[in-house]
Amino acid sequence: MLRSPFRIFISLLVILGCSIFCAFTLQIKDNNITTPLVADNAGLKLPSGFSAVKIIDSSARTRHLVVTPEGIIYVKLARLKDGKGILILHEDAEGKATITGGFGNYGGTGIFLKNGYLYASSNEEIFRYKLNEKNEVINPDAPEKIVTGLKAGRQHETKSIVLDNDGNIYVNIGSPLNSCQEEDRKPGSMGIKGCPLLDSAGGIWQFRADKLNQTYKDGIRYATGLRNVVGLDWNQQNNTLFVMQHGRDQLHDLFPEMFTEKESALLPAECMYMIHKGDDAGFPFIYYDQIQHKKMLAPEYGGNGKIEGSEEYIDPVVAFPGHMAPNGLLFYTGNMFPAKYKNGAFVAFHGSWNRTPENQAGYFVAFVPFKNGKPSGDWEIFAEGFAGINVVKSPRQAQHRPCGLAQGADGALYVTDDVKGTIYKITYRP
Amino acid sequence: MIKNISVFCLCSFVAVCAFTQSAPKKVFKHNTTSLSDSVASLKRGKALYATYCLTCHQADGGGVPNLNPPLIQTSFVTGKKEPLIKIILKGLNTHMDIDGESYSNNMPPFEWLKDQQIADILSYIRNNFGNKESIVVKTEVQKVRSNLKK
Repeated sequence: MLRSPFRIFISLLVILGCSIFCAFTLQIKDNNITTPLVADNAGLKLPSGFSAVKIIDSSARTRHLVVTPEGIIYVKLARLKDGKGILILHEDAEGKATITGGFGNYGGTGIFLKNGYLYASSNEEIFRYKLNEKNEVINPDAPEKIVTGLKAGRQHETKSIVLDNDGNIYVNIGSPLNSCQEEDRKPGSMGIKGCPLLDSAGGIWQFRADKLNQTYKDGIRYATGLRNVVGLDWNQQNNTLFVMQHGRDQLHDLFPEMFTEKESALLPAECMYMIHKGDDAGFPFIYYDQIQHKKMLAPEYGGNGKIEGSEEYIDPVVAFPGHMAPNGLLFYTGNMFPAKYKNGAFVAFHGSWNRTPENQAGYFVAFVPFKNGKPSGDWEIFAEGFAGINVVKSPRQAQHRPCGLAQGADGALYVTDDVKGTIYKITYRP
Repeated sequence: MIKNISVFCLCSFVAVCAFTQSAPKKVFKHNTTSLSDSVASLKRGKALYATYCLTCHQADGGGVPNLNPPLIQTSFVTGKKEPLIKIILKGLNTHMDIDGESYSNNMPPFEWLKDQQIADILSYIRNNFGNKESIVVKTEVQKVRSNLKK
């Protein structure tokens, strides 16, 4: 009686083993036929049918990037490399890219291509470069200065940019403080009344894309209550701005009696917002709790993790777990990927640091399906393995950290990494 | 998303288990304090570090690239004590390159900690993360604090 079930169990194990072996053999055979050279996918794990290669390890701090229809890649660097803040890359037929030039004597993050101009930002200014008919920069040493004098704190200093279809440029101006405390990041320090820094930071500003030397007085505070946005994109389906906010840090460190370390690791959500003119996302007065699906009053402004915040603030359209640092947002309009990806959003998560003592999270590219300009399903991990290790305890251990996203003319997806300056190219073949 | 959160929770549990306690190092230069006092100070320093410093400077003292400076063989940590004590008392919220790198997050002042607690934390970071420097005693913190008030 005792031995019989055991035998059945062993038989099942043998059958299972054989099946796995057969499947594995077939898989290898299949791989040999379809993708012999990129079997390791540059160390990334991707959905079936997708492949990835590293087109370059540039050793530069590569942030956002654009790819022209001709295949020229312009990459913005956080810090100058050999005196240049923007790299020009060309890809060869084998899928390797080489640096063919560089220009711009400023570090920064933002870069965008539209209507015959290349736009790029330092941490205080926005420039544009006229392009010729081949999308080459005509005069790399004499850009037009579009916007100047933007505030840049020590933290959240980068300026991401995107253009709409009506000649406007949108720029993020991050909050110089974590949560607008009287003393930044000091345990127990309360919020500054009304958080006056919001008059010139903590939001998205709109400027004209063709007017020179604009300052705050020439722009419009298009949306406020956004702590820091790095990834943003214009959704062409509903002609609307979408942004990814970096949520506030250190709920437990600053208010240990209200939040456990575990709660602090997951909260608040990293939010995707659909932005209309005049919107207020509520920073620093509220944060979004993706577990309760509620806007919560921030502890600096009288909250305790249980009191809900005001309804006057907009809700996110997607709420990801906390601290993963969304640095890139791209609506996919290409035709290379399967139909489900069309018009959906890719989000590059740079990876967390303030989940300690819990493990860090992020370090992947996520995907959100969209229909008619609205999310139509749950988000999922699209590409992971950038960190090169299974468990990241401290961000320093990550080999690569995803940052910028761009779409090639053929529909391939490009992902930058700002640790080693690696640029990944992800393609699909059924 | 629920699945992902569960995975994070599981990973987090593994991480907590992985942070095993390591005994304070026996070899360090001490001033006029006895060996047992120093050992006790380092032990207290470890606990205080976990509460007030670890999130930003990380469990391995490696900091966070571009945001929070590392404490591993950093000139500020291994150098003179006075500037180091001042950072704890006053915080750091101005642009300052540390060993050629810049870090953008603000550090709040921890002046509300007791002199002994600050001495414990500094002794701990100066004798961990690959550092082997003299410990910091309460009176040294006291002196810097009173000089700042003048």
